[in-house]
This record gives sequence, C-alpha cells and structure tokens, in this order.
Amino acid sequence: MSKKLLAASGIAVYAFLYLPLVVVVAYSFNNSKLNAEWVGFTWHWYQVLLSDDTMLKAAGNSLLIALTASLASTVLGTMAGYALYRYKLKLLPVLVMAPLAIPEILVGVSLLIFFVAINLTLGLLSIMLSHIAFCVGFVAIVVRSRLSGMDESLPEAARDLGATPFQAFRLVTLPLIAPGIIAGALLAFTLSIDDFVITFFTAGVGASTLPLQIYSMIKIAVTPEVNAISTLLMLLTLFLIVVASRLSPDSIRGR
Amino acid sequence: MALLEIRNIVRRFGDFTAVDGVSMDIEAGEFFTLLGPSGCGKTTLLRMIAGFDSPQSGEMLLDGKDLASIAPEKRPIHTVFQSYALFPHMTVAENIAFPLRMRKLGKGEIGERVRQSLEDVRLTDRGGRYPGELSGGQRQRVALARALVNRPRLLLLDEPLAALDMKLREQMQLELINLQKEVGITFIYVTHDQTEALALSHRIAVMNGGKVEQLDEPSKIYDSPKNRFVADFIGTCNLIDAEVSVAGEEKMVLQIRGLGEVAARNPGATGGAKGILALRPEKVRIAAQLAPEDDENHFKGRVHDFLYMGDVTVYIVEVGDGVHVEALLPNSAAGRPRILAVGDPVEIAWRYDAGTFLDG
Repeated sequence: MSKKLLAASGIAVYAFLYLPLVVVVAYSFNNSKLNAEWVGFTWHWYQVLLSDDTMLKAAGNSLLIALTASLASTVLGTMAGYALYRYKLKLLPVLVMAPLAIPEILVGVSLLIFFVAINLTLGLLSIMLSHIAFCVGFVAIVVRSRLSGMDESLPEAARDLGATPFQAFRLVTLPLIAPGIIAGALLAFTLSIDDFVITFFTAGVGASTLPLQIYSMIKIAVTPEVNAISTLLMLLTLFLIVVASRLSPDSIRGR
Repeated sequence: MALLEIRNIVRRFGDFTAVDGVSMDIEAGEFFTLLGPSGCGKTTLLRMIAGFDSPQSGEMLLDGKDLASIAPEKRPIHTVFQSYALFPHMTVAENIAFPLRMRKLGKGEIGERVRQSLEDVRLTDRGGRYPGELSGGQRQRVALARALVNRPRLLLLDEPLAALDMKLREQMQLELINLQKEVGITFIYVTHDQTEALALSHRIAVMNGGKVEQLDEPSKIYDSPKNRFVADFIGTCNLIDAEVSVAGEEKMVLQIRGLGEVAARNPGATGGAKGILALRPEKVRIAAQLAPEDDENHFKGRVHDFLYMGDVTVYIVEVGDGVHVEALLPNSAAGRPRILAVGDPVEIAWRYDAGTFLDG
C-alpha cells in the first residue's frame, strides 16, 4: 500500500516537473497559430524560426556569449578552485562563493551601475563580463571538490619522480581533475545560455539574447515559434547535462 | 664520508617542534629505519630529505652536497608513499615509465627498462592494467618498481606496509630485505612498528618528541636500551624502580623497594643513582621450582595473572612485597598449554646481565 503511494507520488512529482515541458515540445509541432488545441503535425514553426533574422541573431549572440563566458570562467574558476584547495585562506572562499548566494537581481543592478560608472557601453561585452563574473564561483566549487577528492601525495609523487611543478600539474593533477573542469565548463555554459535577470540589466538596447528575445515575443503573443526555439534550447541543455553527468567524479578509471 | 649527513635539523610548525635538532649519518648500502610513535617527527624528517618540506635550521648533505637548494625533482632520491600514490589514470607500465620519461630517455630504452622492472617485481602480465585493478600487494610492488627504476641514490619508504594485512606484511618484509640486498640502494624506512624495524634494519634510529632517543643496531636497541622510552617502546619490558647501592666495574647491586637486592649489569652508573631496572620477560626463567645457578637473581612468588598468547604464555608474577615481574614461557609442551594457574607458588630467576639499569 505505502509502496504504491510512494510510486504514485513519485509519478506525480515527475509529471508536475515534465508535463509542461512535454506540452511546449508537442505544440511546437502543432499546425495552428494558437497553443490551444491539437490540429495536426507540422515543421512549419521551425521553418518560421529559421527565417526569423532577429531570433537567429539573438541565438547567435547567446551562443557566442555562452561560449566566451564558459571558456573564460572555466580558466578563472579552475585557478580559483585550485587556490581554494591549496591555500587555507579566510577571505578567498567568501569572495568566490558570495556571488552564488547574492540574489541575481542585486548582481544585475550592481553590475549595471558599475558598467555605467566605468563608462562601458552596454552590449555584448558587458553581458559577457557579467556572465563570467557569476559563472566563476560555480566552476571553482566543482573544481575544488574534485581536487579535494584527489590523493594529495599524487602531485608530490610526480615531483619526487622528477617532474617540475608545471609537469606535475599538467601530467598528474590536470588529467585527474579534468572531469571536474569539463563539468564546470558545461555548467557555466548552461547557466550563461539561459540567464535572463542579469542579462536583462546589462544588455542595453542593441544586443539581445535568446531568453530576452523570447520574453519580448511573449509580451505580444505566444506563437508556436516560441515553442520551437524553446524545444531546441531544451535539447541543447539536455545534451550538455547528459555529457556533464557522464563526467562525474567516479567516472575516471581505476579509482 | 657518509652517503647522507643530517646535521642539527630543526622543523617547527607554529609552537610545535616536529623535529628538534636531529643529527645522523646514513651510510651507503644501508637499510636504515626511523622508528617512533606517531607525531615523533619521523615522517617530517623523511619529507625534508625528499624535499617536500624544508628545515628552519640545520643542513643535509648527500654525497657531501648540500640538499637545501636542490628541488625535489632534482634530488636522486625517490619515495614509496604510504598510499603508494600510483597515478590512477596511468597503467602500471605508464606509472613505471613516468620517472624515465621525466629524464627524457628514448622510447626504446624506456620500454626495455619498464619490461625488466615488471619482471623484477613479477608483474609482467599486469603492465596494461590500471592501479585500481590490482591487489594491495601488487600495488605495493608497482610503487617499489616505479621508485627504483631510475636507480636513485636513496630510497625513502613511508610506512609502506601499513596498509597490508599481517600475512602479506611478513611476506613483503622478506621481499624488501632481499630487494635491498639485490639492488644495493640505500633505504630509509619509516615505521611505527617495532617488530618490522627490528626485522628489516641494519640500524634503527628510535625517535620521540622530535629527538633521536637511540641510534643503534637492532640487537643493541633491543638488548641495551639507552633509556626508559626505548626500553618501553621496543618490545615489552619490565620497568622496575631501583636505586644503585653498590656500583662495581661491570656488575652492580640495585636496591628495589619491596624486593631487596638485585644484581644487574652496570652500564656506567654510580652509587646512589636512582632509575629503573629494565628486564625483558623472555629472559626471566619461571617454573614451580628452579635450581639456583651462579650469577642469578632468584625469587619466590605467586602467579598474579597470565595471558595465553598461543605460542607463549606471559605470566605476571608477584614477588616480594607487591612487586610484579613479567615472565615469558614458551608453550612447547604438547597438550599442556599452561602449567601454572593464578595463585600457584612459583620461582623466577634471571642472570644478572639480563637486566639493565637505566638512569632517570
């Protein structure tokens, strides 16, 4: 009896989480202008999407920003994560972690004020910089946890056997924490590509990203074109999450 | 000139002095052991020799050259870590090849030496495996092979057998002795296990509180401990408070409260000195009745308690007025695991030179 109840509540939770997504995906193939009733299958909305220059431009911007931001924040975050692991500093953890806890709207507003104060024209660059800023902390945490799971004597053993500090890092530490670094990069990418709040504050007039574009379309009317772009975005994120989970800490051989 | 000369090494961590003015010479070809309880400074000293840590003062000379300015990767010293520290993302063969790759040897030579090395440790068929797929004993052998493949001047071993079970440990001890003889490389071995130290070493430095308490051959450490700590830490030992009443050239008479006069070997104490009598239980004869012999201390007492250990039985005998002396009896008589019961009257005896007087 209680087992059935557990199964039922489990199904209910998953339905609550995923049914709306299923609806979005299904209606992206609906041969009707309205998200109201099922008429028939069509690729029409995907064709509309592909000829929508504003939308494509926004998607291009989003990809460019996400790639740049995840790349830069992975390099900086790995360095920060290594510093967190290697040196027992008091202030550094607070500085790295705080942006994760501060409400996004606060980060957005303060970045806007900051960019205005230093006279930076709002646009792609300001979005990239703000995305890097909030992604670094996430990467640092993932990398640090990977490092603290590593036997501390491994890099020492490399030095002992004739490796310079740089060789020890490149040949031993780096391969061992690589899954953490890649997972951090993917996390940064997914955080960046669907960020709305911070982007909204730091985008200015010229540059638009996918989430901003979708939001501005919804203000007029929800056409199935929005469903189509959402479906594509969902597929991309899903793919990245699967890749990231494959690279979870226990995936390395021999441990 | 000694291979490694250690001069007045001091290492402090904040208020704690881990290594407190240690000096020792380690000869080429020696199996040298640093023995002591955890926190005695033995591992810190080993890390400084390897170059992972630096002393605040003092110096270390390898072949007469100061090690202070030499980075760990440049020292002809390799380490076998307690955790083995095998690289989990490399195969056994790649692990062993690592030090050779760092020296930029040719591919052909690396392959040949790795093959030879795998053969030496009887792991020829395991070269392609990852460390995670090996047993504890095999990992141990890979760690040894990797540390020896470069022929270092000095091999440091940090409790390398601690993670193995007892049977395997004994087997590995024999392998280590033979290996060291074969390769002729100087070993510095760190352990807290005194039987391991006695079994393996040419010389042992017993450390405590960052200082060397005694540095000697295993039999000297065991038979003639220099002080109370060494006597107590190595093996089991009767430690009985005593005062010197007559100090002769080689022999002495000790006054022990509750027991009376006891003859002992004089290591150089003078009359009136206070200290302890150190007496190994296996050197005490015990039986229901003992014929007295020359130069022996002889006492009558009662069995206070006993511990049956299988191969031997340890008897705690009460003699005189509440003095307890431990005596060891091998259980060699078949079918009779013990011959004495608690409360039985018993006699004990030991030659005067079985006991040592220790100051303080």
